[in-house]
Amino acid sequence: MDRVAAQFPEAVAERYVDRAGGAWAVIHAEWLPKVATFLKMDPELDFKLFGSADAVDRLHLAENDPRFEIVYFLYSLSRKEHVRLKVRVTETRPEVPSLAAVYRGANWWERLAFDFYGIRFVDHPDLRRILLYEEFQGHPLRKDYALRDRQPLIPERPIKDIFRGPGTSGVA
Amino acid sequence: MADSHNTDATKPFNPDTDGFAHEESELESHFQSKHMVINMGPSHPATHGTVRLKVELEGETIVKIDPEIGFLHRGFQKSCENVTWTQCLPYTDRLNYLSAMMNNFGFLNAVEKLIGLEIPERAQYIRVIGSELHRLTDHLTCVGATGLEMGGFAPFLYGMEARELLQDRVTELTGARLTTSFGRVGGINRDLPEGWIAKVHKTLTRTEELLQEMDGLLTRNRIFVDRTKGTGIISAADAIDYGWTGPALRACGVDHDLRKTHPYWVYERFDFESVVGEHGDNYDRYLVRLEEMRQSIRILRQAMDTIPAGPIIVDDWRIALPPKPEVYGTIEGVMAHFKLVMEGIQVPPGEVYDATEASNGELGWYLVSDGRGRPYKVHVRAPGFPVLAALPHIIQGKMLADLVPTFDTINMIGGEVEQ
Repeated sequence: MDRVAAQFPEAVAERYVDRAGGAWAVIHAEWLPKVATFLKMDPELDFKLFGSADAVDRLHLAENDPRFEIVYFLYSLSRKEHVRLKVRVTETRPEVPSLAAVYRGANWWERLAFDFYGIRFVDHPDLRRILLYEEFQGHPLRKDYALRDRQPLIPERPIKDIFRGPGTSGVA
Repeated sequence: MADSHNTDATKPFNPDTDGFAHEESELESHFQSKHMVINMGPSHPATHGTVRLKVELEGETIVKIDPEIGFLHRGFQKSCENVTWTQCLPYTDRLNYLSAMMNNFGFLNAVEKLIGLEIPERAQYIRVIGSELHRLTDHLTCVGATGLEMGGFAPFLYGMEARELLQDRVTELTGARLTTSFGRVGGINRDLPEGWIAKVHKTLTRTEELLQEMDGLLTRNRIFVDRTKGTGIISAADAIDYGWTGPALRACGVDHDLRKTHPYWVYERFDFESVVGEHGDNYDRYLVRLEEMRQSIRILRQAMDTIPAGPIIVDDWRIALPPKPEVYGTIEGVMAHFKLVMEGIQVPPGEVYDATEASNGELGWYLVSDGRGRPYKVHVRAPGFPVLAALPHIIQGKMLADLVPTFDTINMIGGEVEQ
């Protein structure tokens, strides 16, 4: 992360090493593809293995502005090191440049984040829902999406299960 | 083949009749090949789990393939974020129904890192034993199913026999056959049953015999080799770009095993090799899994021979439940028990990413805690997800018959991919 900060001084907003020794940095959204390309292509850093990507809804956390945080997990086979790139975006404009052109693995993980959190990845080649169906309303992993909310494609039969319940659309 | 193509877009095209009706002699024409879309799955015998593959065919060649995985989605993350840390364990079990303990222990490892907790040595050994037992069952199922879908029923039966024997040992250890929920934050649930180690040694000997049988039936079998060798090839660079890990990546010749590169628990004490392939095709993925099982047996034997005596869970009532006599006899015990059950473990605020080597690759956990008794965010990096994402890249332009062995050997597990 020192190398990244030296290379792109304006890009890094915040750097941190957590208790378990994992290094991460918050990047300004517009710099993300450049920083990721640098991490991947620099022969010393060599972060070629795309781990995964996901978003965090920080609605109920102490510092919740901006609301969403997109996290990319990268791994370097030669350095044997995990690293996390984060981008923070607001609720009104949840837009991040896509990394699908840099890492092919990013394609599906970004679709997952779009599906669950409604983050729009600009220039993503195929931004569709991946686990839920097209007609689904809203984004279920957002903290303001109710836990018991259900949107069945086929109407559910009313089941009287007082412990687990069929959700909100079952027994009144 | 080309005569079935309707290049004139203005004319309506009937794929069933056009291109053949006007042939002078249908007997002399090519084998009828037309552009068609077939759905493999959900619940197709050749697609494990409930994945649906939308395959566009031109004759027998796959033009386009779109895997659709959203069929089983259970809201794993949301469920975890609304229960206490300990109550997440049954959910993690169900990510991979063949290696529940690995998912379980991997999650716990991440939680313990977040707390900054060192678990007792005996618990680490038992975690290694449990993980390797489940690595065996997982690989046995994968290799057996690969043999089955290539048309050989006997290797599948041998694999199932070995798997059932091992799962009997798992049942004796944990009390459950598939969804074990065996781990606890700070250690494990129960100690090894009496006489269990000797039984496992015997089971492993039998497993080795059965592995030998499977090896003999498949590895030099003409049909099996013809269908797997040189099919489903992915280059190492592409595999890394897609984020492949585990046996699928090692089959491409990349020596990356988290048990070696980032040793956790007591893995660095054992003498074993990380198995590496060469070509990145289906045959190599099969061979890597086969050899990895032998290495797992080596680890198991060493672990069971050297397991030390001692506690199996940390002695900290803020994390582990107090012993029952303390709960029934002392007020402190009652209070600790009550607080743990009602409020959950108070994990300090912060975040962590931790990964373990599950049977199919890197099982990563990104946990965010807000300091209350429940996880704020649970992200699971399922090893099967990037592997399935690369399937279109591997298989497009290849034959339909190659799809089945490729889908077998990448060993996608529905539970974790669909979360």
